[in-house]
Amino acid sequence: MSDLMSQNYIRISATTLTPPSTRRHEDQVAKLIDTSRCIGCKACQSACMEWNNLRPEMGRFEGSYDNPSDLSPSVWTLMRFSEVEDEKGKLEWLIRKDGCMHCEDPGCLKACPAPGAIVQYANGIVDFISENCIGCGYCVKGCPFDIPRISKADHKSYKCTLCSDRVAVGLEPACVKACPTGAIMFGAKTDMQDWAGERIEDLKSRGFENAGLYDPPGVSGTHVMYVLHHADQPSKYAGLPDRPRISPTVRLWKSVVKPLSVLGIGLAVLAGFFHWIVAGPNEVQHEDETNADELIKAKEKAT
Amino acid sequence: MTRPRGTLIRHSTVTRINHWITALCFVLLVLSGLSMFHPMLFFLSQLFGDGQWTRAAHPWIGTVLFISYVGLVVQSWRENLWTRDDFAWMMAIDRVIANKEEGVPEVGRFNAGQKFVFWSMTLLVPVLFSTGLVIWEVYMGSVTSIPTQRMAVLIHSLAAIAAILVWITHVYAAIWIRGSVRAMTQGYVTPGWAWRHHRKWFRRLVQAGSRGPTVETRHETR
Repeated sequence: MSDLMSQNYIRISATTLTPPSTRRHEDQVAKLIDTSRCIGCKACQSACMEWNNLRPEMGRFEGSYDNPSDLSPSVWTLMRFSEVEDEKGKLEWLIRKDGCMHCEDPGCLKACPAPGAIVQYANGIVDFISENCIGCGYCVKGCPFDIPRISKADHKSYKCTLCSDRVAVGLEPACVKACPTGAIMFGAKTDMQDWAGERIEDLKSRGFENAGLYDPPGVSGTHVMYVLHHADQPSKYAGLPDRPRISPTVRLWKSVVKPLSVLGIGLAVLAGFFHWIVAGPNEVQHEDETNADELIKAKEKAT
Repeated sequence: MTRPRGTLIRHSTVTRINHWITALCFVLLVLSGLSMFHPMLFFLSQLFGDGQWTRAAHPWIGTVLFISYVGLVVQSWRENLWTRDDFAWMMAIDRVIANKEEGVPEVGRFNAGQKFVFWSMTLLVPVLFSTGLVIWEVYMGSVTSIPTQRMAVLIHSLAAIAAILVWITHVYAAIWIRGSVRAMTQGYVTPGWAWRHHRKWFRRLVQAGSRGPTVETRHETR
């Protein structure tokens, strides 16, 4: 899709240029995943495989309902099942559809060294442009959610595209289309926030006083949001980060070390050049050869 | 190699081959590494084919450099040991930089600046190699945790920048001190060069009647 949508890029990896900025009127989109309505049927997983033509290799039973056991280059979304006991000892079966969160401030894009390999469209979707990907794995280090996976076959990074190809022509993502309970919704981000508000109110009335929306401010919000019954403890849901943000290590590397280093290297070269034109080369003088000869002759005379 | 009569051997053939393998690897690593470091330098990846080739080649070149550098350490660590004289030389560094070397303490085979380059690289090369292994996505991608890899990539870039700065110093010094490049290409220096820059080394060679590079070296003809 890359070339057809290049004017829709608002962020481009590894570029010092301003991305196209004329188109500013597009609605921000979001996918809302309501964990309280999910029944764990995995229709979303099947739909994702079907639309994107993905077929992961047959795995092994790992003693859990998670199947396959993890995201991979050909598994872009995955139901994660958690059995947790609340304070009263009541068992809860929490199911979360894992996948790219499409951060407003994407760590993968910040870390990526390949120009145009990761882009963000004006509607908020973060997409990997495979032809530009060099397979370095920096996006894996940049991501606060442990999402991208590098293929061993073609050395390119893969993750959920939020069905950017479908969304571009006015369709909803495949997982949304397939969900039988309405646990996955898609639309303008503001609409999804409103809808989430209604759901949270309903959950609170049913005793989930900590119900809330997961739209983490640490990454300036996400374009995939969750309604959680326990929004105070996101990590209960198969380790969903409580306060995700781009790691300070990644920020230091990309925002401080990178520009300062290029400056430092340039200054070092300049320092050498100016030393050359001020002090000049250090050349052996005639008297050095004479002194050396005298020393050698003195030694020969002594022996 | 034909060398003028009366000249001294500064670096043996083995050392020179070893040095230039290391140097070639280092230049290739700087070019490929910088292309993945700053967007403005991504064009350097074209020298290796494209970004994928650059990413694939960089760790292998690094492995060759590491092995090659170990060879240099084995050959020259002893003559790079820090001595009290090196402090005195460092104190007079301003005179050295200004090309006014009268009164600067005499130096042996290597001066304090050369020793600094040697020990900096001896520290940085293993740091770069080990952190590079951690972030070698193809083989080591899932061996360590993501926070470890984040730290490794940060240390790798800091160490790389330090190594590049040391390397710029090294290359400039070779250009600045005339006769040094020939010492590492053809391997010889004139007695006057040795007198001017490494007088203590020169005195020892004359005393021992050796043509260099060390007093122990035995030559067929003299």
